[in-house]
Amino acid sequence: MKLVTAIIKPFKLDDVREALSNIGVQGITATEVKGFGRQKGHTELYRGAEYVVDFLPKVKLEVAIKEELLDQVIETITNAARTGKIGDGKIFVTSLEQVVRIRTGETGAEAI
Amino acid sequence: MRELQLDRGMRRLVAGLLFLCTLGFAGGTLAEEAAAPGAQAVAVAVEAVAAAAPTPQKGDTAWMIVATVLVIMMSVPGVALFYGGLVRSKNMLSVLMQVFSIFALITVLWAVYGYSLAFTQGNAFFGGFDRVLLSGIFDPVTGSVANAATFSKGVYIPEFIFVAFQATFAAITVALIVGAFAERMKYSAVLLFATLWFTFAYVPMAHMVWFWPGPDAFTDAEAAAAAVASSGWLFQKGALDFAGGTVVHINAGVAGLVGAYVIGRRVGYGREAFTPHSLTMTMIGASLLWVGWFGFNAGSALEAGGTAALAFINTLNATAAAALTWTFAEWLVKGKPSMLGAASGAVAGLVAITPACGWVGVPAGLIIGALAGVVCFWGVTGLKRLLGADDALDVFGVHGVGGILGALLTGVFNTWSMGGTGIIDYVNNTIVDTDMATQVGIQAQAVLTAIVWSGVVALVAYKLVDWTIGLRVPEEEEREGLDTTAHGERAYTM
Repeated sequence: MKLVTAIIKPFKLDDVREALSNIGVQGITATEVKGFGRQKGHTELYRGAEYVVDFLPKVKLEVAIKEELLDQVIETITNAARTGKIGDGKIFVTSLEQVVRIRTGETGAEAI
Repeated sequence: MRELQLDRGMRRLVAGLLFLCTLGFAGGTLAEEAAAPGAQAVAVAVEAVAAAAPTPQKGDTAWMIVATVLVIMMSVPGVALFYGGLVRSKNMLSVLMQVFSIFALITVLWAVYGYSLAFTQGNAFFGGFDRVLLSGIFDPVTGSVANAATFSKGVYIPEFIFVAFQATFAAITVALIVGAFAERMKYSAVLLFATLWFTFAYVPMAHMVWFWPGPDAFTDAEAAAAAVASSGWLFQKGALDFAGGTVVHINAGVAGLVGAYVIGRRVGYGREAFTPHSLTMTMIGASLLWVGWFGFNAGSALEAGGTAALAFINTLNATAAAALTWTFAEWLVKGKPSMLGAASGAVAGLVAITPACGWVGVPAGLIIGALAGVVCFWGVTGLKRLLGADDALDVFGVHGVGGILGALLTGVFNTWSMGGTGIIDYVNNTIVDTDMATQVGIQAQAVLTAIVWSGVVALVAYKLVDWTIGLRVPEEEEREGLDTTAHGERAYTM
């Protein structure tokens, strides 16, 4: 089992969710986050005061999947979230040791 | 430690005494005044026999009631939201609460002694005590309400509505100062300072600029001279301030700037981002100010007539012009036209046209507005850096600078050759021209008087408050935010 964590542009959330549903992913957790990478921040000006805003709003997706789906999921997210401009985000993949469905007590791949 | 507590106790006591003394200053001669009403009643009765008291026209009265309500809306919620949106969310309620409380406090003080000291005859700087607790306005025997003079002979409005209209001016002026020391001043200090500054700066300034016996006193040259001699100090000099450039805006702007210096910068100033938490609220506040300002400016005509209409159109035009010029100046200099800039520009235009609105023509109104947008933009950028004070919400940059600009330009554009109205000669019942250079000189005197008077009173008042109860909250509370530490609540719990 793998945990795929993707940081994407907020307005791409619906596209990515739809694309992942289409390939059979059944659950996604989305969180509003802030961060910076190569895109860096921007400058905001309030009357005389100028502030550099380093952290930009992004959406973090967490998707738990069976290992065999990994390549397809990565490809799907990449295609759906890509604009080609700087700041499209990143995908991190980690191994998932255990999953438990709380309602039934099922564990492992069954619980995904 | 014990000594410290004793010391604190002492200071609290002195603070309380200060408050009481301020009230006592007003109420001091109340006892001796108590004997007067009987005599007054006789005098009034004799007068009533001589000539039946004229009845105010319903149109004028209705307009002044509406205008007064509009000015109330400028303070709460107008100024409160305009300022509230500009602070960080942790201080939102403290700003709303300070504006709200000041409005309530000054309204009460106005009824108790403020109105009497500002708008009855006394010396050139303070009025008298005839109207303490608004006494003598309502006659319970006949059920009649006294009349207040307007700017036309034989035209009156009920004095109560004049009292209320002027109360809203006093309240909003003190509330404006909140912007300068926002996010760091103790709530108790705000109330004590408001009481002191209102009593010793607002009240005399209003008396100096606006108190006169009314047009009916100007029957002939001799009577006119006597009437002028009994007026306020700046009125005697011929200073023109239609709706409060000196009394309201310069007065508040200077008090704000002095406050910003005395109380010091906010923790993290220049290092942390003090991003406004809701420019939506600020835009709503600025818009409420714009709408309410028609009551403020056109209402200052005290009648529903041509002068009110002139003040109205100038208030509309100048504000629009200022919103545009600030926007374009910012766009040009800083790269982007911001919503905050447009809202600030509108307020700057409103401020600058305030002293001029009933004294200048339409082109002048547009020019005053256009200049205000650019000059006040400099006020909150270049000048602010120069001054180095953390005037948090730019009370001086907008109200001080805009007020000075408007007061001086009133002198420039009042003359006929500049399309202005000139002034009324109440003895010959004609309109006469003013000389530009002379009038600008007089306006400059009024501006200087406002700056020095307000500055000195504010400095003393802040120092007194600092010494007694302390001006500033502890650093920890400032970091935590005043909403929870001072008021025990949060603006947003989403």
